[in-house]
Amino acid sequence: MSLTMDGTSIPIIVLASGLIVVLVGLWGMMSRRNIIQIIIGFSLTDTGIHMLMVAVGYLNGRTAPIIDDAVDRTQAATLVVDPIPSALVLTAIVIGLGVTALLLAYAIQIYKKNGSLSVDDCSELKG
Amino acid sequence: MIKRATVLLSLLLLGFIFLHIAMDYSPPSALNSISEQYVASGPDELGAANIVTAVLVTYRGLDTLGEVAVLFISAAGVGLLLRRNLGAPTEEKKQRAASELVGTAVHFLLPLIFVLGVYIFVNGHLTPGGGFQGGAVLASGIMLLLLADPHTQLNHGIVEWLESTSGFGYVVVGVLGLVLAGGFLDNRFLDLGTFGELFSAGAMPIIYVLIGLKVGTELSAVLERMKD
Repeated sequence: MSLTMDGTSIPIIVLASGLIVVLVGLWGMMSRRNIIQIIIGFSLTDTGIHMLMVAVGYLNGRTAPIIDDAVDRTQAATLVVDPIPSALVLTAIVIGLGVTALLLAYAIQIYKKNGSLSVDDCSELKG
Repeated sequence: MIKRATVLLSLLLLGFIFLHIAMDYSPPSALNSISEQYVASGPDELGAANIVTAVLVTYRGLDTLGEVAVLFISAAGVGLLLRRNLGAPTEEKKQRAASELVGTAVHFLLPLIFVLGVYIFVNGHLTPGGGFQGGAVLASGIMLLLLADPHTQLNHGIVEWLESTSGFGYVVVGVLGLVLAGGFLDNRFLDLGTFGELFSAGAMPIIYVLIGLKVGTELSAVLERMKD
C-alpha cells in the first residue's frame, strides 16, 4: 500500500476514510445522550458507508460511466468505472435522507413530550 | 464507566476488523462480468449515454420504484408525526422578518433554482444527474422560500396532485413497458431516437421527469412539515 498520489492508492484512501467515518459515527451513536447528536452519528455512519461503496466501485485511471467524446462507445468497458456501485450509492443516499428526516421528526415529538432531548428522559422503554 | 468501557472495546474490535479490510483491499483492475455487460450493451440496447441512469432506471428499475416508495413512506411518516392539531389555536410567535437581502434573493434565485432542477432531471440520461438530484434541487428552492418567509403556505392541492400523478405515472410507464416492450419498466416502447440527443433513450427521460417531480414535491412537503 503506497500513499502516493499516483492514482493507485486513491481507492484505498477513500476506503480507509470511509471506515474511519463509520467508526466516528458509531462512537457518536453509542456514547452521546443527546438525540440530535445520536442522529448526527447515524448520518456520519451513513456517509461513511457511501464512501466505502464508491471506493469499491472505483477503478484506477478510469472515468465516469458516461458515453461522450471522451469515452469511445466500443471501448467503453475498458475506460469507465463500475456503474453499479454508483447507482446503489444514489439509492442509499436517498434512503438515508428519508430515514434521517423520520428520525428528526421523532426527535421533535420526543422534545414536545418530554421537554428535553436527552435519551435519559425517555422512560417508556425502561423496564 | 462499564458502559463507556464496553463502547470503547467494541469500537476497538470493530476498528481492528476495519483495519484488516483496508490493509488487505486490492482494487480490482477490470469490471466484473455484470458491470461489463451493462457498460457494453447499455448504450446500444437502451440508447442511454449515462450508464448509471441505464442501470438505475431500466436494468434495476424495480429497485428504484421501491426506493421511491420508501421515500414516500418516510415522507408520510414525517407528515403523521408532525401533523398539526387543526382545532388547537396557533400561537403567533414574534419572528424577526428575513433581511432585505434574503427577501430579494428569493425572487431573483427561485426561478433559476427551479430551472436548474428541471434541467438536471431532464438531462439525466445524458449527463451526471437525474431525478433524485434534480428533485433535491427543487426542494432546496422551496427551502430558500421557507427560510425567507416561514409563513409561506405551499399550495397543497398542487403539491398533492403533482406527487400522486407522478407516482401513478411512474407505475403506468412501467406497465406500458411490460405490455408494449420486453418487461416491467422497459424503456424501449418509445423510439430510442438518436444517441446523445435530448429526446432519446425511449421512456427514460419520462421516468426521470416523473421521479424528479415526485422527489421534489415529497421533500418539499417534508420541509414544510418541519418548519413549525
